[in-house]
Amino acid sequence: MTETVASSPDLGRGHALRRLLRTNAFRLAALYLTLFATSVLALLAFIYWSTANFIEQQTEATLDAEIAGLAEQYDQRGLSGLVQVIAERSAGERGDAMIYLITDPQSHPLAGNLSAWPTAEVIRPGWIGFPVEIKRGSQRETHAARGTTFTIPGGYRLLVGRDLRDAAAFRRRVTGTLAWAGLLTLGLGLAGGIFISRNMLRSVEAVSNTAARIIHGDLGQRVKLTGSGDEFDQLATNLNAMLDQIERLMAGMRQVTDNIAHDLRTPLSRLRSRLEVTLLERPDAARYAEVMRQTINEADHLLGTFTALLSIAEAEAGSNRADMETVDIAEIAGSVAELYEPFAEEKGLSLEVDAEKPVLVRGDRHLIAQAVANLLDNAIKYTPDGRVRLRVARGPGGARLEVVDSGPGIPPDRRDAVFDRFVRLEGSRSTPGNGLGLSLVRAVARLHGGSVTLGDNAPEPGLRAVLTLPEAVSAPAAA
Amino acid sequence: MKILLIEDDKEAAEYLVKALSESGYVVDHAAEGRDGLFMATSGTYDALIVDRMLPGMDGLSIVAALRAAEIRTPTLILSALGAVDDRVKGLRAGGDDYLVKPYAFSELLARLEALLRRGSAVAPTTTKLRVAELEMDLLSRNVRRDGQAIDLLPREFRLLEYLMRHAGQVVTRTMLLESVWDYHFDPQTNVIDVHISRLRQKIDKGFAKPLLHTIRGAGYSLRAGD
Repeated sequence: MTETVASSPDLGRGHALRRLLRTNAFRLAALYLTLFATSVLALLAFIYWSTANFIEQQTEATLDAEIAGLAEQYDQRGLSGLVQVIAERSAGERGDAMIYLITDPQSHPLAGNLSAWPTAEVIRPGWIGFPVEIKRGSQRETHAARGTTFTIPGGYRLLVGRDLRDAAAFRRRVTGTLAWAGLLTLGLGLAGGIFISRNMLRSVEAVSNTAARIIHGDLGQRVKLTGSGDEFDQLATNLNAMLDQIERLMAGMRQVTDNIAHDLRTPLSRLRSRLEVTLLERPDAARYAEVMRQTINEADHLLGTFTALLSIAEAEAGSNRADMETVDIAEIAGSVAELYEPFAEEKGLSLEVDAEKPVLVRGDRHLIAQAVANLLDNAIKYTPDGRVRLRVARGPGGARLEVVDSGPGIPPDRRDAVFDRFVRLEGSRSTPGNGLGLSLVRAVARLHGGSVTLGDNAPEPGLRAVLTLPEAVSAPAAA
Repeated sequence: MKILLIEDDKEAAEYLVKALSESGYVVDHAAEGRDGLFMATSGTYDALIVDRMLPGMDGLSIVAALRAAEIRTPTLILSALGAVDDRVKGLRAGGDDYLVKPYAFSELLARLEALLRRGSAVAPTTTKLRVAELEMDLLSRNVRRDGQAIDLLPREFRLLEYLMRHAGQVVTRTMLLESVWDYHFDPQTNVIDVHISRLRQKIDKGFAKPLLHTIRGAGYSLRAGD
């Protein structure tokens, strides 16, 4: 029994939540929010601390001023003056916030707005905190108060204090404000974080969805650009460029596959029917052996074609770029010409080589040699008599390798077509070859950033094939 | 001669075992990399034929492991990877020769024989090679047959030197292209044949018994007698 997890809405939601928690955007937002909240809280704590401190200092400063005033009165008018001032002040409007009490040595109040000494400790240096009861209409309220005590010569005692009701109210107000500010900031931070992560998630999801569609086979899909030119747009642009390149390569590969399918099918079916017909003939051993040999030859020919196609594909894909080194194409040409010289001589052609001075290019020695071999092969094969000339020189367009023959040449309207795979001219079908030689030359030329062109050898008859490759920049010190 | 074939493709292995047995070799077969390495470490084989891509352990690792263990059994690597740098990697791992699939059996046989004879072949320090009455002096670069001097071009000299070092064996066109010219592609036209017939002109013409033989469907062989 398999449980249908997805059908349960609760589990489904849980899954969505887990997915959200796993997203990078969510993690980023959470991190951002944490940092943001921590710094805001630290800031608010600092504001609270300095405000509270300020209120306390303010209270103490007021009390200090009051005490200084009373001390002055005492100095000028003595104890009776002090009692009188305190009585006045207790009754006056300062009496709301200020607390006064002066007692005789028997602790009987002489003046002030307190009925009795508020603390057990009668006299103590420094600031003291104590509760006071205040009549407010019919209600009695207990407030916190802060004050200081003095002994006056003759056993009299004085208490000056301040009701902290206002300060406490102010402090409450500040705390409240700060708490609201904190909540508001957290709310804003959360909203901002969600907004930013959602935005980011959407951009990433657009890329991810496009990729998913491409994986499912629709290679035409592209990531949509927002036009903002931001990092996501740049990413999308690069991804699209990459997809274009992949599509081009795929198209190239499809073409090669089509060609292979087309051109290997013919010889393969010929091979197959030969075997079939032979079986029908009820042949003897000698005939069998003969057919087998023919078949092996044909298979070899097929393998050759296959190898040539692979070389072309390899050169076109540029997979050999790692093997690029500085090579002397004059030396390569000389060596290939030496390989072909007996073949030319056997055909009664003279092979002239003019490749004395080194001409350096950056390239793959093996591929260049193969390209030169193919050009020479063609020239010798299709020239009935006369000569073939191979020349390597530095030209304005770069390193220039020319193969000129005295053969029939190629009509101008067919000179592009012969570079395509498997294209062979009428009249050349009887000569051995697979129609891939020039395709490889062109692939090699392109791999090296060069070109190959076919022209005539006017005014003389013949074909002139020119392979141009960029010269190596860092040539060794010229001799 | 005892050969170990390490190849995972069943059909290819069966065919090779049969063909090699018919050619007079005793062949053991391992279809898996680790088994192959285990068998090869016994050191009782005269040559190894190792497929490059194998389950368990790839061919290059097997060769590298053997070489690290000082087992120098000549090894021919078979591979579907034919690019020049693939070949370089194969030889660097310790392979003695590298053959790209698909190959002709005659090619494999010729290369295997070349590997097997390597042990008994002429030491590289030798200065004189000799096949029947044909003599080559590697220092003075003189070639004589029956005391009669033969004038060779530098490339013909190297071609003949290779053939003499592999006297009695079949040498394929591809082996010649690779060893004498250092080319790893097959020219569209069979240019090697022309080189061989030129060389034949120089060393065999005017002598009753030819030394340079063409082996149909395989290559050439330099030897006294037929």
